Amino acid sequence: MAAVQGGLADTNEEKDIKTEPSSDGFGNNNANDGRVLSTSPGSSASDQQTLLAVLQFLRKNKLTESVEILRREAGLPEDSPELKGSDSSGAGSGGAAGSGDKEGGDASSLLSRTSSVTAAGEDQPDVNVVLSAYNQQGDPPLYQVYYSGLKKFIESVLDCHRAELSQLFYPLFVHMYLELVYNNHESEAKAFFEKFSGDQECYYEDDLRVLSSLSKREHMRGNETLMDFRTSKFVLRISRDSYQLLKRHLQERQNNQIWNIIQEHLYIDIFDGMPRSKGQIDAMSGSLAGEGKREANKAKVYYGLLKEPEIELPLDDEDEEAENEEGKPKKKKPKKDSMGSKSKKQDPNAPSQTRIPLPELKDSDKLDKIMYMKEATKRIRLGPDNLPSICFYSFLNAYQGLTAVDFTDDSSLIAGGFADSTVRVWSVTPKKLRKVKSAADLNLIDKESDDVLERIMDEKTASESKILYGHSGPVYGISFSPDRNYLLSSSEDGTVRLWSLQTFTCLVGYKGHNYPVWDTHFSPHGYYFVSGGHDRVARLWATDHYQPLRMFSGHLADVTCTRFHPNSNYVATGSSDRTIRLWDVLNGNCVRIFTGHKGPIHALAFSPNGKFLASGATDGRVLLWDIGHGLMIGELKGHTDTIYSLRFSRDGEILASGSMDNTVRLWDAMKAFDDLETDDFTAATGHVHLQDNSQELLLGTYMSKSTPVIHLHFTRRNLLLATGAYNP
Amino acid sequence: MLDVVFLLHSFILGSLDHTTFLYFERRQKQCSVSLPTESMKAMAESVGVGQLQEESCAALSEEVSYRIKEIAQDALKFMRHGKRRKLTTNDIDNALKLKNVEPLYGFQSQEFIPFRFASGGGRELYFYEEKEVDLSDIINTPLPRVPLDVSLKAHWLSIEGVQPSIPENPPPAPKEQQKVESTEPLKVVKPGQEEEGTIQGKSQGATPADGKGKDKGLIRLKPRSTHELSVEQQLYYKEITEACVGSCEAKRAEALQSIATDPGLYQMLPRFSTFISEGVRVNVVQNNLALLIYLMRMVKALMDNPTLYLEKYLHELIPAVVTCIVSKQLCLRPDVDNHWALRDFAARLMAQSCKTFSTTTNNIQSRITKTFTKSWLDDKTQWTTRYGCIAGLAELGPDVIKTLILPRLTVEGARIKAVMEGPVVSNIDKIGADHVQSLLLKHCASVIAKIRPQPDNMEQYRTDYGYLGPMLCSHVMKARTQAALQAQQVNRTTLTITQPRPTLTVSQSGLSGSAGSRTPSIIKVPSSLTLMTPRPGTPSQPSPPATKYIVMATSAGASSTQQYEFTSVSFATSTLQPLVKLESGSGPGLTSSRPMQKYIVVSLPSSASSSLETKSSVLPTSISTTPLEAAMKLDRSESPGASTQSPH
Repeated sequence: MAAVQGGLADTNEEKDIKTEPSSDGFGNNNANDGRVLSTSPGSSASDQQTLLAVLQFLRKNKLTESVEILRREAGLPEDSPELKGSDSSGAGSGGAAGSGDKEGGDASSLLSRTSSVTAAGEDQPDVNVVLSAYNQQGDPPLYQVYYSGLKKFIESVLDCHRAELSQLFYPLFVHMYLELVYNNHESEAKAFFEKFSGDQECYYEDDLRVLSSLSKREHMRGNETLMDFRTSKFVLRISRDSYQLLKRHLQERQNNQIWNIIQEHLYIDIFDGMPRSKGQIDAMSGSLAGEGKREANKAKVYYGLLKEPEIELPLDDEDEEAENEEGKPKKKKPKKDSMGSKSKKQDPNAPSQTRIPLPELKDSDKLDKIMYMKEATKRIRLGPDNLPSICFYSFLNAYQGLTAVDFTDDSSLIAGGFADSTVRVWSVTPKKLRKVKSAADLNLIDKESDDVLERIMDEKTASESKILYGHSGPVYGISFSPDRNYLLSSSEDGTVRLWSLQTFTCLVGYKGHNYPVWDTHFSPHGYYFVSGGHDRVARLWATDHYQPLRMFSGHLADVTCTRFHPNSNYVATGSSDRTIRLWDVLNGNCVRIFTGHKGPIHALAFSPNGKFLASGATDGRVLLWDIGHGLMIGELKGHTDTIYSLRFSRDGEILASGSMDNTVRLWDAMKAFDDLETDDFTAATGHVHLQDNSQELLLGTYMSKSTPVIHLHFTRRNLLLATGAYNP
Repeated sequence: MLDVVFLLHSFILGSLDHTTFLYFERRQKQCSVSLPTESMKAMAESVGVGQLQEESCAALSEEVSYRIKEIAQDALKFMRHGKRRKLTTNDIDNALKLKNVEPLYGFQSQEFIPFRFASGGGRELYFYEEKEVDLSDIINTPLPRVPLDVSLKAHWLSIEGVQPSIPENPPPAPKEQQKVESTEPLKVVKPGQEEEGTIQGKSQGATPADGKGKDKGLIRLKPRSTHELSVEQQLYYKEITEACVGSCEAKRAEALQSIATDPGLYQMLPRFSTFISEGVRVNVVQNNLALLIYLMRMVKALMDNPTLYLEKYLHELIPAVVTCIVSKQLCLRPDVDNHWALRDFAARLMAQSCKTFSTTTNNIQSRITKTFTKSWLDDKTQWTTRYGCIAGLAELGPDVIKTLILPRLTVEGARIKAVMEGPVVSNIDKIGADHVQSLLLKHCASVIAKIRPQPDNMEQYRTDYGYLGPMLCSHVMKARTQAALQAQQVNRTTLTITQPRPTLTVSQSGLSGSAGSRTPSIIKVPSSLTLMTPRPGTPSQPSPPATKYIVMATSAGASSTQQYEFTSVSFATSTLQPLVKLESGSGPGLTSSRPMQKYIVVSLPSSASSSLETKSSVLPTSISTTPLEAAMKLDRSESPGASTQSPH
């Protein structure tokens, strides 16, 4: 790869070039953390400094014990970098190998890392320090001159460079405005804003609105959006030629003001080759902090699927159990090959089976798998000529209160979360919902009988729906466990609750997010789940731990939706900062940053083969991503309002999207992905050139009467289920 | 200083009511909006701080505005996650909770919060009226009905890619799609159908066609839009059309109601449109006034249907409507039959369609205006056509009246004078001229009242407008008193927003059948309302009332309820959105003394009053009464809701 990575600062100072890329290898893009962490492999000097600073801080706050401990630990020079850098230094394969050695027998390896991740994740820079960077600045009235000078320059350059250089407008505009505000030049700031805000791209409108309301230095304190803008460097991708042009211009003009801002607040990702076109840039821009750095998407992602555990259709329990015990995967392999039909070779892109310790399969799970396979044989092959039938479940009398819906994988249960804090579960099959008998009654049961599982159920409680009370705020996220025994719900009250679907009671309340939890999702293998909320952190939990195993921090705004990869090794999160991040569950690193949406992301879906990701946002567009290459590969336009649900058909041929605009749309996913493979892959540069073929890919639009579609689900036979609250 | 902090907090809470948010929502486009300092003062007073300096107010208002915007932005997040389009007060409460601020209590989400406006002492205030509630009232009122519980209902949205037409699904083609189909015919419409051919067409369509006709991909054909009717639809169509032109009025009302509201008529629209245009063509030749009226009512019903995209069929409908406005003869006996009502009605339809369908590309309004003006200017035009042209123009609004009709008043006046005062030419001409005169007076008076400064001088009017001048002058004067009365009323009532109610426009227009008048201020001289009388030759006699309405008026503040009986009150079909119109001019002598507020309108069966008259008079033949009745019913069909409307 010929491209040379490096920020502005790096090109000036040769020696930094080496360190900069390494810092980008770490997923946690929180710039300040990144800076602290980045230097750890190179020199421990800065770590020493950090430690000293921490010591000083502790001492100042009279935390003597902590000081003692820290000093003791810091006394060992090898340990000190470990303190902060442990999680990030183990990026990629190293970490994987580490836990792989332990055979993943239990989750302890995951657990052990929690504290260190947390420490790094929550290390927020001090507000004053951050803001003080705005202090020493030039003459306020000249700002307009500087800006319009640059504008003139960019407008006069060759067409091929103009689009690239125009990317500079927005970040420069924001930083200059903030500088003016910070230095109390209120009227100048206002004038500056009025003069140039109209020039900015329309997709920054929301941010500009926030910006416009801010006119005083005091407002800057506590405004998260601004802090984000300030703490994270805005990332721009510019070709070398364009960059040289800009640099020459600024040096000629002695335009130090802009030069300073570029150096301090922007990260310019320089590449060699043709400058990108306006369309290419627009496709990728729109997020709160510019595009993802290319290095951020370089890490290897094992997007392949895990091997399905071998289960023979005529069930033989003893045999199977022995087979699936941990530590005997090698035995399984030869046997598998001999089995023929179902067995697949290990996908080269798949993570090792034990990369993440997964729960063992229980008998009931195997039964379910068998059911699944039986159903799968009856599955309808979908395609452009064979569209799925859609069954719409309308929630009546919900009075605008339906906030979340989920189906079980076998489509037997529907759960709804409501604004009145309740969670309701319906059975959509004739089988009614029953509770387990009380403890006293359970004692009377003959435990040896064959139908003990039937006997423990209390017939008297049978009903079509059950209501679960416990939350104290609207329920925004809901997710069934794959084995249908549990239900997760996340709420405005800051908790995630785990409900038993046997007793219909709350089992655990997971507290950790102090703010509303927008979404939660069970791992496809059970046991783990992920949650994300207003605190901008996504957390990985295991059902039997009341504290999170991982904290995924890096998003610059609310985490609005969370989704597990089909192989449970990765978690995708969408955010209000208009980016999607993919996190490695093993080490907590961010392995992919996808930018391109122009609004908060509200829906995510992995393709069944794990290779692709689809995302939907308030801008009404669906974007398709290739996880392996870290590229945007498609854009599906058609919806006119927020997309709340996305789902691939079971075989991945069709993508269904449901939106606030009362429609379900079906897209030809196969075609979208096929077109790409024939296309020559611009993986090296990461520059996508999307053709606008949404209309060709759109297979159908189905409008409901007045029901926003908030959830979609493909049954095992590829019948599409849609839900929403009828809104007369 | 502490005070200020305290104030700030209370201001944020104080100003966080619904209006503030409406205010910010509405102004979102504009970048920097802040609350006026007066609000700060008002709120400071409400928490007991009397003297607040101007600078403090300014500083506070800026701070408060900023904080409110912040909260509004957070509230939007909750709205999005609540999967709603409407911001509720709960969202605001949640956003406040995020900021660790005590939420506002007592602002439970209400669909509609009526704000009141008050001014006084140089200040203007909007406030939410909170009435003192008597506890015993609450205790004694029966419990409200328990709302229905949430339930699930399943239906097929699509079966193998095709959306079934069942009540749960929306009508097959929404208006937008109808529009897309008619305006962008080259688009691929059907999924899965001719997939390859169209794609081929698409990919090659990018390069301009190089004239190779044999290449199939290059020819882009407009896909035929088929309008196949199912058996049920054919039955429906038959029933509806039969009912619309049949003799049973009740059935007709039902059919028209169905046309106006049914969402699934899209497929039948071309047939309806042909039915109407052909029907008009035939019945104009046969001078069948009744059928023409029925057909126009069908047009109105079609136009009222919000789900239909009529643009595609205007080329059939507009000529039909225009025919009914300007045709020389619409009925068998022009001297007796009230074809004027049809012209008026059709003119209003025309105006409505101009308003809704006129665009810069089709230029309907200007084309129609040209047509009308041209035939009006023609000297040889008959009075009937003349009447139609003027009515058509006048319905297009005051601007058209001002620019096209007013300048011609003198000329037209002379022409009328020639007929009225000159040698008796023919009775029909006289009647026509008479009608044109009253039409002109009616429409022009209100416009002149607006554009002409006071005082109204008879002589001045005569010099300006010629023969019609004096009459115009008296009409203008009436219009002015009317306007003054209305203005008075508006001043009195504070701004009260009420739920929309079905409209009833009480207006006076002479004949119950001639739903002509829209300016209620003008009381017609009975002598001009002659055509109802079945006796030819006595045109100057006042017409007998066909329907009797009793209008009960309660005057504001007065406890007594006076009952007035009007012999000729008609319900004008109004294209406007429903609202109870308070019209005080129903009788100049009766009502000018005090402004009235509410009317109860009771309609009496027409037979009761008209029987008296009809006894003495020769019964008109069936062909001529039917249109009258029809026209009456046309108006009455709107009234049932209104006539039972209680004062509240």
